[in-house]
Amino acid sequence: MPAAWTSLTIHESLDALRSGAVTASALVEAYLARIAALDPTLSAFLTVTVDAARAQAAAVDERIRRGEALRPLEGMPLAVKDVLCTHGVRTTCGSKVLGNFVPPYDATAVVRLVALGAIVLGKTNMDEFAMGSSTENSGFFPTRNPWALDRVPGGSSGGSAAAVAADLAVAGLGTDTGGSVRQPAALCGVVGLRPTYGRVSRYGLIAFASSLDQIGTLTKDVHDAALLLEAIAGHDPMDSTSADQPVPDYRAALGQGARGLTLGIPDEYFVAGLDPEVEGAVRDAIAVLERLGARTRRLSLPHTDYGVAAYYIIAPAEASSNLARYDGVKYGPRAAGAKDVVTMTARTRAEGFGPEVKRRIMLGTYALSAGYYEAYYGRAQRVRTLIRRDFDRAFAEVDAIVAPTAPTPAFKLGEKTDDPLAMYLNDVFTIPQPLAGVPAISLPCGFSAAGLPIGLQLIGRPFDETTLFRVAAAYEAATDWRSRRPGLGGLS
Amino acid sequence: MSEHETVIGLEVHAQLLTRSKMFCGCAATFGGPPNAQTCPVCQGMPGVLPVINRRAVEFAVRTARALHCRINAHCRFARKHYFYPDMPKNYQISQYEEPLGEDGWLELEADGTTRRIGIQRLHLEEDVGKLTHEGGVFETANASLVDFNRSGVPLMEIVSRPDLRSPAEAAECLRQLRTILRYLAVCDGNMEEGSLRCDANISLRAPGSDELGTKVEIKNMNSFRHVRAALEYEAERQARALGRGERLVQETRLWNPDKGQTLSMRSKEFAHDYRYFPEPDLVPLRPEAAWVREIDAGLPELPRARRRRLAEQYRLSAYDADLLASDRALADYYEEAVRAHPNPKALANWVMSELLRELHGDPAAADRAPIRPGHLARLVALVDDGTISGKIAKEVFERMARSGEDPDAIVRREGLTQVADEAAIGRVVDEVIAANPGAVADYRKGKKQSVAFLVGQVMKATQGKANPQLVNRLLAERLPPV
Repeated sequence: MPAAWTSLTIHESLDALRSGAVTASALVEAYLARIAALDPTLSAFLTVTVDAARAQAAAVDERIRRGEALRPLEGMPLAVKDVLCTHGVRTTCGSKVLGNFVPPYDATAVVRLVALGAIVLGKTNMDEFAMGSSTENSGFFPTRNPWALDRVPGGSSGGSAAAVAADLAVAGLGTDTGGSVRQPAALCGVVGLRPTYGRVSRYGLIAFASSLDQIGTLTKDVHDAALLLEAIAGHDPMDSTSADQPVPDYRAALGQGARGLTLGIPDEYFVAGLDPEVEGAVRDAIAVLERLGARTRRLSLPHTDYGVAAYYIIAPAEASSNLARYDGVKYGPRAAGAKDVVTMTARTRAEGFGPEVKRRIMLGTYALSAGYYEAYYGRAQRVRTLIRRDFDRAFAEVDAIVAPTAPTPAFKLGEKTDDPLAMYLNDVFTIPQPLAGVPAISLPCGFSAAGLPIGLQLIGRPFDETTLFRVAAAYEAATDWRSRRPGLGGLS
Repeated sequence: MSEHETVIGLEVHAQLLTRSKMFCGCAATFGGPPNAQTCPVCQGMPGVLPVINRRAVEFAVRTARALHCRINAHCRFARKHYFYPDMPKNYQISQYEEPLGEDGWLELEADGTTRRIGIQRLHLEEDVGKLTHEGGVFETANASLVDFNRSGVPLMEIVSRPDLRSPAEAAECLRQLRTILRYLAVCDGNMEEGSLRCDANISLRAPGSDELGTKVEIKNMNSFRHVRAALEYEAERQARALGRGERLVQETRLWNPDKGQTLSMRSKEFAHDYRYFPEPDLVPLRPEAAWVREIDAGLPELPRARRRRLAEQYRLSAYDADLLASDRALADYYEEAVRAHPNPKALANWVMSELLRELHGDPAAADRAPIRPGHLARLVALVDDGTISGKIAKEVFERMARSGEDPDAIVRREGLTQVADEAAIGRVVDEVIAANPGAVADYRKGKKQSVAFLVGQVMKATQGKANPQLVNRLLAERLPPV
């Protein structure tokens, strides 16, 4: 098993490429070989773009031979969540309803990565339409957690998180609507960043809940997260909700340390339901940050408890609208045998969508119905405003907030599939940030006794990813969690 | 009928004449091969996002201001949901709460009185695609084809208050609105091609009542004539039903022009729940006050003002001014001609009779008339300076209409210059008198009409080229006294 090159981060791989120690083709072959060996078990990828990746790698090597300057992501083999459109490459969003959909366009984030030299290895598995916290809602197959094959990798970006954790890609893109980048990052022991809403263009991101969806990164360390965010952030004329704000030099913050920063510890994130091992690891991490010179103080985010309820009105409402277009008329499989359009549409959707997607379409349709709109959607929007104010008030006093990412380590496959509410509650700590539009990062902060990774969450002010990188990099440098590698069930 | 008052409100959809679509860069023009003017955005593909067309907003603001609407400083787009295969996202991006413009009016003039019709709201939305059914209608077709060229074309919806009191007034209101849209150059107003569409709400009530009766929405009226006919039919139908003591149901009815009837399409119980909610893919639209003022300042002269000015400036009758101002293209044509040859009365007559006949009565076609305004002005100048007769001028006009040539070239080539040579015409007059002793005898008996006959004979002998005034004078001189 060629593990050497694939265990490197982006910045380490770039150094190797720059020094001539490895070629882009060798790097890509190493990843493809590892995918071929491990992915039949892990099931992180829905599509592996073998030929395109090889061709891109050859082109990179040719550039290097010609002596051209290396671009910031030259030759870096990435995993892209299948929610992001890729020109000419099947993009399913984890759903049978898009089982044969090949977009004639790229998502802006993908365009930007490729323009900087990155190579797309393939498209990763996910909960259907990003609805889920375990990747078990994939319309195709579940993905396994590299640390324990009988456990979930989290979700919905479980494929990208597992791929990065198992060294099947140097880094990955995911999307986060209610924790879908951070929670799988925590459960797979990698770094997951959800940027500020509007920081990264959503063009080409297949919408689940438009006002919450945001593209994020899954990386092996904080440095790579900064590197990738710099690559994909910035205004896009194709997305009116993308922010017209300059993109800072995030990597400049990496060495600045945590000294002098004030960090808030929210009472509402340390409550019943929080696994004691997770709480212990997070409290230890807070102690490390204090030793690094950060001041800490307790604070209250009083409307945290209402986050899940508001989220499960707003996100399904937007989803019921966004998913209306999947009717079998224009693309995707069409149910056979219907004699009229109403039957065709109904059957296509009945056959194409899985149970969780149908549940949320029904929830959202109900919430937007005449006579219920104010009671549900209108009210949820007001709760959202209160949650945003919680954060505004907190950030008047602290520079960042420290909390657990997920209440538990990875749970077993099938453990929560019959209990949607239990599944929803796994996102209790990752839902308020999207509702408020603030950025947050999850990074490894320890392991359970069973050897499962635990995630530490840092939450920042809008458009202040810099402070998150600063604190996260300081913590990462002071600990060595990354030296522990997943067991892969003894496969590697 | 007379025991009820008719209450009508209009809902008009106008396709905007922007180059590109409402939310993407595709061409918004009519008539390309199916699906040639489409992209992932207007095909509703996964992951795509709308971006507002600034020009469409400008057109809507222009119209809203011309209709005296308030421009909302903060407005929003909203999604309107229903499943239909011509609508790629199965929702339409429209406006619901917080539309672009509200609370305006337009004025209708009839029989010397002016009526102000309220405009409740004006908003922007996107058009849907077009379905073609093979072998039957939608429900029964073997196959249906979708063309998304029209999908995403900017539409402006204008909703009037229920201030209209008769089908004729409703048709007149629509006509006024169309004229205004054309003056503003925001919509071509073509009802047959569907770039202007009109639905109406109609109800009856006891005269003097403030309460509104049960309203019925009428759709599928694609000409002014149909609007009036459909509403007349519907008013009558409702009056008869009420007369029989029936209760009307709130419903949508389609005008069937072949049957001359409105037919029920769906009742209120089956009305769509559109589940409107604010479009999360677009940020709120905030038309800046300075920009609105700029648009205000750039508004063209509107039909009423132009009618008034034409009447005053060119001393035209109210009827003439009304007709000439009925479309911006015709009024522009007329004024350009008058600038080239200042004979407003003669030019008004030419434009209103000959030119409009040439345009099949469509004043909007004036901007593509085969005869350019300068050429028509020149033709009238040739009559005015005596070069050609009025009769010849009509012939020259026909040739101009066919060839687009200027009148001087035609007159020169065809030798149509009026003969004003007194000696030459005198000889013809003498010949005509000699050849028509009967008419001359009638004249002497006092039959004045025989002069006209003799003039006609002279004109005929000169192929119409003789100057008619000269012919008249010479005949008067040479005919024997009565």
